[in-house]
Amino acid sequence: MGRHVVLVEDEPNITEAIRFLLTRDGWKVDSHADGADAVDVIRAAKPDLVILDLMLPGKSGLEIIKELRDSDELPGLPVLMLTARGQLKDREMAERAGVTRFMTKPFSNTEVLTAVRDLHAQAGLNRAAAGGREGERTDLAERAGQG
Amino acid sequence: MGRDTLTGSRIRERRLMLGLRQAELARQVDISASSLNLSEHNRRRIGGKLLVDLARVLAVEPSMLTEGAEVALLSTLREAAAALSRPVAELDRVDEFAGRFPGWAEVLAHAQKRISSLEQTVQTLSDRLTHDPHLAASLHEVLSTAAAIRSTASILAETGELEAEWRDRFHKNLNEDSQRLAESSRALVNFLDEGNTSADRRGVPQEEVERFFLEAGHHFAELETSDAAAQEVALQTLIEESGALVADAARTIAREALRQYCADARALPLAALSDVLSEHGSNPSAIARAFGVDLPTVLRRLGALPPEVLGQEAGLVVCDGSGSILFHKPVAGFALPRFGASCPLWPLYTALSRPQQPIHREVVQQGRSSVGFDCYAVSWPRLSADFDRDPLYHAVMLILPKREASDAAQSVGASCRICPMAACAARREPSLLKEGF
Repeated sequence: MGRHVVLVEDEPNITEAIRFLLTRDGWKVDSHADGADAVDVIRAAKPDLVILDLMLPGKSGLEIIKELRDSDELPGLPVLMLTARGQLKDREMAERAGVTRFMTKPFSNTEVLTAVRDLHAQAGLNRAAAGGREGERTDLAERAGQG
Repeated sequence: MGRDTLTGSRIRERRLMLGLRQAELARQVDISASSLNLSEHNRRRIGGKLLVDLARVLAVEPSMLTEGAEVALLSTLREAAAALSRPVAELDRVDEFAGRFPGWAEVLAHAQKRISSLEQTVQTLSDRLTHDPHLAASLHEVLSTAAAIRSTASILAETGELEAEWRDRFHKNLNEDSQRLAESSRALVNFLDEGNTSADRRGVPQEEVERFFLEAGHHFAELETSDAAAQEVALQTLIEESGALVADAARTIAREALRQYCADARALPLAALSDVLSEHGSNPSAIARAFGVDLPTVLRRLGALPPEVLGQEAGLVVCDGSGSILFHKPVAGFALPRFGASCPLWPLYTALSRPQQPIHREVVQQGRSSVGFDCYAVSWPRLSADFDRDPLYHAVMLILPKREASDAAQSVGASCRICPMAACAARREPSLLKEGF
């Protein structure tokens, strides 16, 4: 499983800090600062994980995640949302839109690293489980054909 | 002896306190001294215009003469009981409680007033955080900069062997971000500082308009004329000379509200309206018939009248077709959110959903008071319909406090965030108060 992350964040110094952290942790990091074409950038990159700011120029993080979830191109893609808005209703709204994990600013580097590793590991497990079920279905179909 | 049968004694007490001779007071309200003497000894009933005139000369609210000062205390104690949201067994003995333990009653009333004040503060702050884009953007800027600083500082402190190039870059970032944080936090403090007079830092313009109308007591003697041209000149002077209206947007909103005031004052001249009120009371339909004007005009006009003319306090709310509050005049006991969304159970919104149908409801606000309010509401097309255009409705609600709510009174709230009605079909979001805010 790859370790490729797309970071959509319009604050350049946050981008630089996260890029440094994740690169040292073995990730390939592509960053993008504009919300307007962020969906196209993510679709083209096909990353293993997305880190998304909520308040972006051009298009909000919520709109971006909704567009991503509405299409079937990147199923199960883990999305970590970063935001300065930490109210319960913001968290609920983000979860309803399809965000995998929600993190409020200011966050610690350890929190970001832990979240990224957890989400990546969980996505791997989910894929393995989905693959296993698919394999079981194939075996059953084959046995039924032989019978 | 009932409270209202002591009206004469209170008039006498107040007159003596002001050092006013009986004959002098009688002359000022245009009655004979002997008649006033009978009234002061509670041997002649006083009401209507005479009561209003006496209250004006004695510089008190008419209700202070008919009900006495203790009524405010009793009302606050009932408000404290209602705030519990469960029946209080001794509610019918509130008079006895206040009479036997006046000190403790004052303590309880003071605590209730403080709770109401804090609820209002919560509502105001909540409204600002939710609806003020300038404030939301400022907070986002501060928190984003703090996040950048925290991450960068953490990298510098915790990374053992950091290349010189990276270290220099992070030092530079840290320096830039700390400057940004200082500037953005200073801007935020200035924005929140209401004493600051800079136009772009005073908050939302509605706050300035609200302050402008409150300072004038919602009544403008300069605009009480039938001459439209003279009204326009006076209106411009009022706005130019107001210290409360700083932002251009606030002046525009205030100008629009004052022009409506002028039109209503021309349709219902103060002197003639005062006479009709003395004769018929504040029944909006009777006034509309007497002057041949529509109900929205009557409700707006009654809501803007001074208490000494109307004979009681009154509140007023005007909203547009989206339900957004455009204008409000507060009245004691009825909580009005400043700019945020209010309770959809208000008759104001019933009127909005039933265009041009007059609505009269007696309401009581949950968690605030056992005092009832007569609410008269109606919507009207601000822009008439045409074949290619839908009408644009506004709605107005006049709020008249009553002594006590009847059993038939409809329960309403102020805004979901500070409303204790848990099982409410109209609830939009959980109450802050329920969460032990």
